[in-house]
This record gives sequence, structure tokens and C-alpha cells, in this order.
Amino acid sequence: MRWTFPDLIKFRLFNREVLKRIFNRIGAETGPVTLDRQRVFILPTRHGLTFAFALLLMLVGSINYSLSLGFALTFLLGGMAMVSILHTYRNLAQLTVRAGKASPVFAGQQASFSICLDNGSGTERLAIGLTGETQPPHYVDIPAAMTICARIVLPAPRRGILRLGRFSLFTRFPLGLFHAWSRLELDASCIVYPQPDSSKLPTPALADREGTSTRLIEGSDDFRGLRPYHSGDSLRHVDWKAMARGRGMLTKQFAGVAQPELWLAWDDLAGMETEARLSRLCRWVLDAQDAGLSYGLRIPGDTLEPDNGEAHRCACLEALALFGIGRNRDQTH
Amino acid sequence: MTRRIKIDNATWLLAGLALAIAPHAARLPVWITLLCLGVGAARLFSARLPVRGLLAAIAAAAALGVYGSYHTLLGRDAGVALLVVMLALKLMEIKSLRDSMLAIFIAYFLVITHFLYSQSIPTGLYLLLTVAVLSAALIGLNYPGKPLDTRKRLRLTAVLMGQAVPVMLVLFVFFPRVPGPLWGLPGDAYEGLTGLSDSMTPGSISKLSQSGAVAFRVAFDGSPPQPGQRYWRGPVLDSFDGRTWSAGEKPGWKADPVGVAGKPVGYTLTLEPHNKRWLLALDLPASLPTASSLSATYELLADAPVRQRLRYHAVSHTAYLAGADIGAAQRRRALRLPPGYNPRARELAVSWRKSAQDDSEIVRRALALFRDASFFYTLRPPLLGENSVDDFLFNTRRGFCEHYAGSFAFLMRAAGVPARVVTGYQGGETNPLGAYMIVRQSDAHAWTEVWLKNRGWVRIDPTAAVSPQRVESGLAAALPEGEPVPMLARLDSAWLTQLKLAWDTFNNRWNQWVLGYGQERQYDFLSRLGLEMASWKELAVGLAVGVGALLLAFSVFMLRHPKTGTADPAAVLYRRFCSKLARAGVVRKPGEGPQDFSRRVAGLRPDLAARVNTISKLYVALRYQPHPRPAWLQRLKELVRSFKA
Repeated sequence: MRWTFPDLIKFRLFNREVLKRIFNRIGAETGPVTLDRQRVFILPTRHGLTFAFALLLMLVGSINYSLSLGFALTFLLGGMAMVSILHTYRNLAQLTVRAGKASPVFAGQQASFSICLDNGSGTERLAIGLTGETQPPHYVDIPAAMTICARIVLPAPRRGILRLGRFSLFTRFPLGLFHAWSRLELDASCIVYPQPDSSKLPTPALADREGTSTRLIEGSDDFRGLRPYHSGDSLRHVDWKAMARGRGMLTKQFAGVAQPELWLAWDDLAGMETEARLSRLCRWVLDAQDAGLSYGLRIPGDTLEPDNGEAHRCACLEALALFGIGRNRDQTH
Repeated sequence: MTRRIKIDNATWLLAGLALAIAPHAARLPVWITLLCLGVGAARLFSARLPVRGLLAAIAAAAALGVYGSYHTLLGRDAGVALLVVMLALKLMEIKSLRDSMLAIFIAYFLVITHFLYSQSIPTGLYLLLTVAVLSAALIGLNYPGKPLDTRKRLRLTAVLMGQAVPVMLVLFVFFPRVPGPLWGLPGDAYEGLTGLSDSMTPGSISKLSQSGAVAFRVAFDGSPPQPGQRYWRGPVLDSFDGRTWSAGEKPGWKADPVGVAGKPVGYTLTLEPHNKRWLLALDLPASLPTASSLSATYELLADAPVRQRLRYHAVSHTAYLAGADIGAAQRRRALRLPPGYNPRARELAVSWRKSAQDDSEIVRRALALFRDASFFYTLRPPLLGENSVDDFLFNTRRGFCEHYAGSFAFLMRAAGVPARVVTGYQGGETNPLGAYMIVRQSDAHAWTEVWLKNRGWVRIDPTAAVSPQRVESGLAAALPEGEPVPMLARLDSAWLTQLKLAWDTFNNRWNQWVLGYGQERQYDFLSRLGLEMASWKELAVGLAVGVGALLLAFSVFMLRHPKTGTADPAAVLYRRFCSKLARAGVVRKPGEGPQDFSRRVAGLRPDLAARVNTISKLYVALRYQPHPRPAWLQRLKELVRSFKA
């Protein structure tokens, strides 16, 4: 699509698409979005209006005193303001925006969304502002033909799915007389795990194959060997001695045969409120993973067979996060 | 909004403000300059801001100070002083972006006030620099976070100003001009303009003669008149109070008809503003420019004081017969003398009257007196006593043109010959480069007119009797060495003369086309371009079309899409790598990401896996990491060059 000036000056407010955008009637969009002319708006700032008033005074003075150079200066400054519209507009137009993945967080933490801005043009874009609904603006420079990722940090007060929601890209560069902006809603979300219970209540009983219960103990009976450390492995199982000898981070592995299975069950927490139960289960999942146990999760509508490891932990936490919500329902604040 | 402005911005801002204030410093009271310097130093070396109450007190004191210095808060000079004080105090309370931007807007406004004092080319260039620095400061202010790279800052300033220049030119040419002010101007708006005055005392013209300022420039339609004929008629003074010659009250009669002979001399004169009504014209004007009239004493008068450079065309005749027959009232007026003064001069004049046959002989005798007695032409005459004419004629005998003209007219009147003093300019310097003549304040002159039977008013220049060179070759030639002649009136070495004439030519064009671009010039210029635009409506259309076309051109140029890939060398290298693979039969699918492609290649051609992996990783890093290292690009270049599939 080529840009021409008539496109810019055409009074596009009566365009249905534009009206929708102005009133935010468009839902979240998937995939990268390029800021075309229907998405970038530009209006004078308060400083722009002050400047216009100053120019008017200068013009009146020049007329009154017949100052030819006064006219020249007024028109020069006016011309600068006019071309600054183009510069401010160009600074934002044709920028391609993608929302990156956001790592899951626990409720009460801050979710951090990565917004990648791809500058396909041959000119550097300076002072592009990025602001979420509540976040103070964060400014980035995007060199020519480069992509820069910035972050929008949102508070995640409750478990569930946190949507990125609307955010704005804006710029006032270079003269600050005009404000170009584009409001976007990209389909990006972050899973918010329940807040782990902070109480030091006893962990649930271990259920062995025969069904007899034992207390949760460390599964440290049968040392089987070493394997490279994976993130999520308990630090207690790192072979620190090997590390001190310069062999890198290694995790001690124990034979799983004797490993008792631990079921973390919704029903064990009868009498508690839903969210409190989820918090407690979350705490148990973390503790069990930490202890290197093989644990399973049983909640209404979902059962995860006992296992251990980062992927299993995430699956369990996700099941807790989405309990009673489902993947497709928004979290409402 | 940053709480404190960054140090680089503070430096640019202070530099811009200093440049905007500096030229005013010479005109402002010293305390304001000191205040500005103090505030600037305080801002530069201390981060602390004064308390609001203190600032208000300083502001009130400063306003009082301005009132104390100018005895008003209105008018041009006091207004500028207030603006400067305001700007200095604004600087004291700058803490946010808003304050800084406001300070820059005030400084832009302050720049325009300099044009009230001077619109010369050097002033214009200086203020262009000032605007550039202020704009660079403005750009930096709107760049949040870390300091803006100076090169980027300057390049952006240059681009913005460069693009604004054509817009400015279109606006300048097409913006409708209205003649005259929209409302009354403050009384001091035109102070400091030099020129002739409506009275003449010994010393007044010699003082004016020391100024090298241009009085007017004149371009003749044909060949210029002889040097001895270049009398530019200004105010006529026909009232004498014993010391001062002045215009006196307006006579009740009209100018007598003028009979002319010889070839008319047509010329276009560009008069510098002098805040008085006289228009200069070659003795004696026969046609009137628009909005002017001829007084009873043949002065060319504009309808309003000349407050802007004025350009007009006139026709004069150097051979004329004016006032062949004057009435008794006019004759009486031209003979009036206050009683009592200058008894010796009166005695001499009466003795001439008794012995002379006619008025012509009296004139000849008076001129002979100046020629033969040891009179001396000087810019620095001694002071004269109560009876100034007596003192000059019989004691000091050293004087400038006003002494000779004044005492000659006195002698004539005392002898019963109607006479009056005419002031104006005599001479002028021809500028061959621009084919026009420059007449300076140093060419100011006074001569006399006497009324003779059958010959009417006849011009007599007594100075010519004392110093014929004054009329033939100009002031510098007529004065002895060591007199305070203005530099530009001196006859300098050839190349210096050339240089100064070239500069004056340039200045003249500037004056004519830039500073003098008013309603008439605008019409003239546009019709030359073939655009007959008389009405506001047509001008507005021209203005809109011109500015619109420019902005369209800029936007097409600025918002066009770059040819894909030309901008990023990494992408170019990666494409080359892909085409090398394609030739080997491994084609990247549309939409396949570099990493996916790399994995697929590794599966198809395990022999290439390691190198393909490195190239893909480098490319991804170069494209998507926030701060790629230049060394990576170099490495990618080497790898792609040596890659063989």
C-alpha cells in the first residue's frame, strides 16, 4: 500500500472501520498488526495549541509593525510545525506490532508481556511510547529495519487467564507539538496460577500402592546416577560436590521404583473455600515438585497422573489456574 | 513529565535563551543583563529551585525595576525589557517539560522583537542561528530518557528547518499584506530613526553628517544629472527666531505654479524611514508620487509619516522657474526677522542695500564675502555666542553648511531680499554594480533660496562659494584630513570601495525585495510570475495550493515504502544464503521461519547442519536482539560468502 497525502488529509472519521477503532469496538486481534492509516491518529498536543497561539501573536505583531522578517520567522516556525506533523506521523506509521508470549505468574505477582515492534522502514524511529491501561509510558528507539521488544507489566491479582488488554503506542517526537497514537488490543494472555498458600500446614499423606499412608519424606533412598541439571530440578538434588570439581551442574537421580506416589486431591480439603483450596493445592504442588516426589493432581473435572518434572508442575499449576474457568473465558477484574 | 530536565537539554536550552537575549543586552538597562546572567549561572551550577514566594517577590521587584528604568510598562522598549525579565524568571522555575517548552516559545517570541530594531542581513542570519539552537533544544526536550545524540539532534533540526523553508517562502509570497498598522503603535516604536529635522541650529546638520547611515537610494530612469545639480529637496525653513531656523506655521497659500524647461529627470527613490512626512525629491519635483502633496514651499510631503522603507517614482526638472510672481504675504513672510539680534550683520546688509543697484548684486556681494574672506569649511565649528550670525561672520568664520546657509539667509532678509533656508541632501555615491545612487546622512546639506524679480525662487548655495568641492565631489573631498567623516563617506582604496558597493547592492536588493515586500511588491511580483492575484481570496487559494503541494511532496517522499531488504544488510545476506541453498535443491517455503528452515535443512543435509545452524542463529540474533553487535554482521558476511551447498 502506498501512502499519498490525500490519504492523510481525507476526513476518514466517517469510515466505519475508523469509527469502530475510535470507540474500541474491535476485539483482540491475532497475529502481527501493522499500523496503517486507519490505525494511526494524530492531533495537536496542548503544547501544540500554545505554540499555535504564540505564532498567532507573532503574526499579528508582524502585520502591525510591518516586519518582513517577522513574517519570515513566523512562517518558518509555522512550516516547521507543519512538517513536524509528517515526522510525528511517520514515526509511528507502518510499525508492525507483535505480542510475545508471557510467562505464567502466580496471583499477586506482575505479569510481563513482551511487545515486539518491527521497524520495516529505512529510518530510525525515536521515542516511541508504549503504555498499558495503568502502566506509565515506557519509551523505546527502534533503529532502521530492526525489531525491538518492550514490556508491558500488568498486575495479576487473581488466578486464571490474564489478557493483555488494550495498550497504546504513541509518539510526540520530534517537536512535541503533535501526538500520534494507535490503540491496540492483541490476543495475548498470561496464565495466572493461584497464589500458593503461605501457611505451614502439613502436607497430605503419601499413598503407597497398597493404600497405606506414610508421611511425606524425601525420596532419597536409591541413588541411580547423575544427569545434567534442568531448570525446575530441586536444588537439593544438585550434586554440589561435582559442581565444585568443575563438572558443571548435575542433578542426582534416584530410583523411582521405591518412590511413593503422592496424590494431591481436591477432596482432601473438604470444608474449605474454593480459592483457598486451590491455593493450598498450589502450595502442595510446589512442595512436592521441590521434594522431587512423584505427585498426581485430582480436582473435579481433571486428573493428572503422578509424575515429576517441570512440564508436569506447569500442567498441574495450569489445571489449578483454570479450574472452573476454562481456557476460553476471560478473567474479569 | 520529568521532574528535572536532563543536563544536555538544560545546556541547549540555556544556549538558545542566551542567544535570544544577547542582542537586547546592549539596549537594556545593565541590571536586567546582570539578572539574566545570574539566573543562567544559577541554573547551570545549582539544581535547587527557589521557593515560589521568593520568585513572586523577585518578579514584582523586577516589574518595578522595569518601570523605574522606562517610566512605563508599555511601549516597545519597556515591553521587550518585561519579556526578557519574564523569560529569565521563567528559567528560575523550570522543572517540568511544560515549563521548558513554554520558555522556548517565549524565546521564539523574543526573537521576533529584535526585528523591531533591525532587519539587516546579519541580524537575520544571527537570529536564524538562534532559532536553530532553540529548535534543537525543543527536539531534545521531547526525547525522553537518555540524552539525545548531538549528531541526530542537529540532523533533525536541519531537516525540519530545511523542509520548513519552502513552506515559509510560499507563505511569505502569498500571505496577503495589509498596508499600515492594525492599531496605534506605541509612541517609542520609531525612536532612533535618523534624518533631517524640521529645525536647524548651528551644529544640527554637522551632527547628522557624521552618520554613515543610508538616507535613500535612487535609480534614475535615464542618465543621472550632473553632480552640481544633485540637490535633494527636503524641509524648507523660513522662520528665524535669532538662533534657530524652523518651518514655522503653515502658510495659508498654495504653491505657485512652476514653469519648466529642459529634459525631465525621472527616478525611483527608496527612502529609509525617518518618521517624518518629507519625501526627498530632486530640486524641483514636477510629478507627485501617490499619497503625497506639494507644500507652499515646494516640499514633497507624504500623507503620513514615513515609518517604513518607502519606494516611489517621481519626475523633476533641474531647470525651472518657480514662483515668478509672489504675493505680498509671501514676500513679507520671506523677509521676517526677529528684532535685536546680530546688529553688525544687519549693518552690513543695510550698507549693501544702499549701494547695490538690484537684489542680484546683493546676492553676489554676499557670496563674494564668503569666498574672499577667510571662511573655513569644517565639521567641528567652534561654539557661537548669543548673536550667532555676527559671531560667525566676523569672529570664528569656521562653519558647516548650516552656518553658511543660515547666515546668508539672514543677510538677505536684512538687506530686503526674500530668502529662506532649504535643507535636504546634496550629492550621492553612484553604485555601478546596482546602477543606482546611494545618498547617506553624511550627504545632508543646507542651502538657500532667494526670490529675484523675473527669476522667481533661485537656489543659492553659499557653501559652494566657500568650498566648491563640497558640491562637486562630496563631503569627504571637501573636508580636510582629520575631520570625523563617517567611514563609508570616505574615498577608500579601490577594492574596499568595490566591496562596500557590492555589499550595498546586496543590501539594496534585500531591502527592496525582502523587507519592502508589501502590498504593492506582492502584486508586482505575482503579476511578474503571471499570476494576477488582486484579492484576498485568490491569494488564499494560491497559499493553500502552494503549501498543500509542498506537504504532499514531502509526505510522498517521507512515507513511501523502502524497497524491501535494502535497508537491512543482514536480510540481504540471509537471502543470498537462501538462494545458495535453493540452487542446491533446498528451497525455503514461504512463511518458514529461519529456525524452522534451519532444522529442516539439518534433516535433509546433515553435512551442512552445523554451518546452516550458525548462519541462522546469527541472522536471528542480528534481526531480533535489541542491541546486535556489529561484529556479528561481519561474521555473517564471511560465513555466507564462504558457504557452499
